[in-house]
Amino acid sequence: MPSIIRPSKGRLVAMFLLATSPLGACGGARTDAETDPRPATRRDVDLEELEALYNARADSARLDVHEADVTFMTGMIAHHAQALVMSRLASSHDASPAVRTLTGRIINAQNDEIAVMSRWLRERERHVPEIEIDGITLTIDGVDHAGSGHAMHMPGMLTLDQLRALDRARGAEFDRLFLELMIQHHNGAVAMVHELFAIDGAAQDDLTFKLASDIQVDQITEVARMERMLEALRSP
Amino acid sequence: MTQQHEPQRSASRSGGLRSLLAVAALLGATACASSRTATIVSDPMPSGPSAAELAASRAAPSPDPRVGLAPGLFDAGEAIWNLRMVSTTPPSTDFVGSTNSDLAFSGNHVFQGNYDGVQVWDISNPAAPELVVGHVCPASQSDVSVYENLLFISGEGLSGRLDCGTQGVEETVSHHRLRGIRIFDISDVENPVNVGNVQTCRGSHTHTVLKHPDDDENVYIYVSGSAPVRPAEELAGCSALSPDEDPNSSLFRIEVIQVPLDDPGAAEIVSSPRIFQDLVAPPTHGMAPADLAAVEEARDAGKFIAEFGGQFQVLPDGFANQQIAQMMQAQGKSGPPTAADSAAFREYLPELVARMVGASEDEGDGPAPGPTQCHDITVYPEVGLAGGACEGYGLLLDISDPVNPVRIDAVADSNFSYWHSATLNNDGTAILFTDEWGGGGAPKCRESDPYEWGANAIFTIENRKMEFQSYFKLPAAQTPEENCVAHNGSLIPVPGRDIMIQGWYQGGISLIDWTDPRTPVEIAYFDRGPVTAERMQMGGSWSVYWYNGVIVNSEIARGLDIFELVPSGWLSQNEIDAANSVQLSYLNSQGQPVFEWPTTFALARAYVDQLERSGGLSTDRIQRTRSVLDDAERRSGPARRDALDELAGDLADQIEASPDGTKVRKLSEAVRALADA
Repeated sequence: MPSIIRPSKGRLVAMFLLATSPLGACGGARTDAETDPRPATRRDVDLEELEALYNARADSARLDVHEADVTFMTGMIAHHAQALVMSRLASSHDASPAVRTLTGRIINAQNDEIAVMSRWLRERERHVPEIEIDGITLTIDGVDHAGSGHAMHMPGMLTLDQLRALDRARGAEFDRLFLELMIQHHNGAVAMVHELFAIDGAAQDDLTFKLASDIQVDQITEVARMERMLEALRSP
Repeated sequence: MTQQHEPQRSASRSGGLRSLLAVAALLGATACASSRTATIVSDPMPSGPSAAELAASRAAPSPDPRVGLAPGLFDAGEAIWNLRMVSTTPPSTDFVGSTNSDLAFSGNHVFQGNYDGVQVWDISNPAAPELVVGHVCPASQSDVSVYENLLFISGEGLSGRLDCGTQGVEETVSHHRLRGIRIFDISDVENPVNVGNVQTCRGSHTHTVLKHPDDDENVYIYVSGSAPVRPAEELAGCSALSPDEDPNSSLFRIEVIQVPLDDPGAAEIVSSPRIFQDLVAPPTHGMAPADLAAVEEARDAGKFIAEFGGQFQVLPDGFANQQIAQMMQAQGKSGPPTAADSAAFREYLPELVARMVGASEDEGDGPAPGPTQCHDITVYPEVGLAGGACEGYGLLLDISDPVNPVRIDAVADSNFSYWHSATLNNDGTAILFTDEWGGGGAPKCRESDPYEWGANAIFTIENRKMEFQSYFKLPAAQTPEENCVAHNGSLIPVPGRDIMIQGWYQGGISLIDWTDPRTPVEIAYFDRGPVTAERMQMGGSWSVYWYNGVIVNSEIARGLDIFELVPSGWLSQNEIDAANSVQLSYLNSQGQPVFEWPTTFALARAYVDQLERSGGLSTDRIQRTRSVLDDAERRSGPARRDALDELAGDLADQIEASPDGTKVRKLSEAVRALADA
């Protein structure tokens, strides 16, 4: 049985808020029966106090930031951005319908994940990388990613030569190259997740854990799919 | 071990605390101005709808009132159709602000998982749920199951502790960490006692309790882990290598835990079946009839159709034209293509496809890698089958030997679904997989999101093989501020129909009739506006299940909602009464119970209503059947029995001629059972 349970930071803040909020000072509950048109039965609960507690917990969760999580989010935004660069080529490079469905999924998923990660950083008052995509040129915070020694070259990301080769390909050749390079790219993302989990205290935050886990599992699944598609291409 | 604060931690902590103090002071000053409380307001039962009203209530409200609902945490706008909200209960103070997750039921108790532990509610009076206990014991996702005096809770996150502490676990290798299954004895439900824990290599994202009908000494738990593998230093034997490199890889398997009911502390992993083994280029499912019709239309309009392993695709014009040009170039031709060129291209197309896509799906080039994990597995012990939603594959498993589930069929989806859970119909003849595209934290019900992504895929089961029938997705578009995708639900025991209530996160809850697996249709719903309009904030229905006459919804942010069915053009009062005649002593939705209906007049009347709807009996006969039933109900003894026997015989005579003979037979049998009762 637990000897000492130290409250988490969030709980401390929430308890503080409860202690200081003047619950009794308003002199009894006022019924909203006349003004609240909702028909369902409700508990006799102070909803305003509960909402304040909800917000306090959300706020305190955002204060507890591990720098490894910040590094992960920042790097993954750049990583995802390059997946978008690659995937957007499919429609203009005569990709097969199967590859187009795949890239449609990747674009949808990774766009939304970039939004989640950007919001996570913003709410914790960290810098959100500014992404610009122009064809195969990816600019991060105003600097061309393809420039040598760019800080944001994460595992699995393509070199300029690889991007150019992909851009030159069409049809079945594009399909093959896309699958090979995206497999490399995805494996890099999975490596980034494993790196994160190897750091003490990292990914304790629920959202970071969930996002990292989801990226890991979705991209492993996609790699398996892509490897099958590649095998089908290679054996006519 | 003392709690150290790591040097990398944010230095803005003190600053943050100061701003919170300011907020608290501000709240204190304004709190009195508008204190929102809600007292108990009884909702009188609505009076019965008129026939006209019923007919009208078959048409879904248009425009859909779920679009454009006002945001709010506890005061969002709401839209409801063919349901009645009985109560809504916010989370208790220990749990508000933390994610509410899955539900399990036992007696009058609802066990609501939460990332901070579990809340146990007494719903003897569904209009006023009472908190029995709020047990703080953090672990995501706190998927819960109950069996008799045992409560099982899943944990996979890095901060879950064996001692239920709330301070998290800093070290990457720690013997305080719990990733796996917690086991509690809830004989005294107000004081759960932790009697055992089973650690697994990937933790438990979800789990499924399997009570085999022939085994009364144990229950089995199928553990699905999808999170990264923990280091071997933390749990011996864990390995993140692929099976080629390490045959004992923690990937590519599920864990089966055996729990001796008389000694749950001795629970342990007894097998790790590799149900994904040798999944070579699985067949994708065929096309839905509606899609095939569309392809035929396109073909008639002169479009080029390519076939890929049973799937037909209409080629985009640009692509087709470019291919024709290339073909002509190879032949040394130039200029615009003629009709002969188009015809030649049509003939050449299959060869082109074969080159582009490679061999047919059946001829894999050696073993291809399959999925590495299942997200969720639903077992249906009474029919000996389980549906596994395993990251890109829907699996059909034979679970007659619970320790060694065997895969008997697998489907991969041409829309690249990531399938997350499965529900079988009561007969075990159809299965519905859900695709939790985006993981539940993303808005995937926007106008721009394709219908087939983040939706349900429905299959029939024929000769132990799955045949694709259709997709179903929430029809109302949701905002970018609302996380929305198909999630957990369960069957409602309306006899003779396959009806399911399902959660869609902030898409709300939706009642689907999939009795005809080719044409699933929505017949009721409830939805709120987003938690906030300012950003995407997690909320909405995590799970919603039917249990003993009520529909219980675990709302991630708002708490516990309880609903009842109301009659409509889609569902009669008799059908509702027949559904509510089913009494379960407990429910874990991923361990599907078989529904068996006690003999009641409501059951017979429900079938009559359905036959009226389907035209399986003439109007005349419907009316006569109803009056005989009403009459018989008023009688007793031999008079009742004789009247019912005669009716049963008359109905039996109608079976062959009826276009809905199966239903007539069910009605006849139900009436016969009433006679014998």
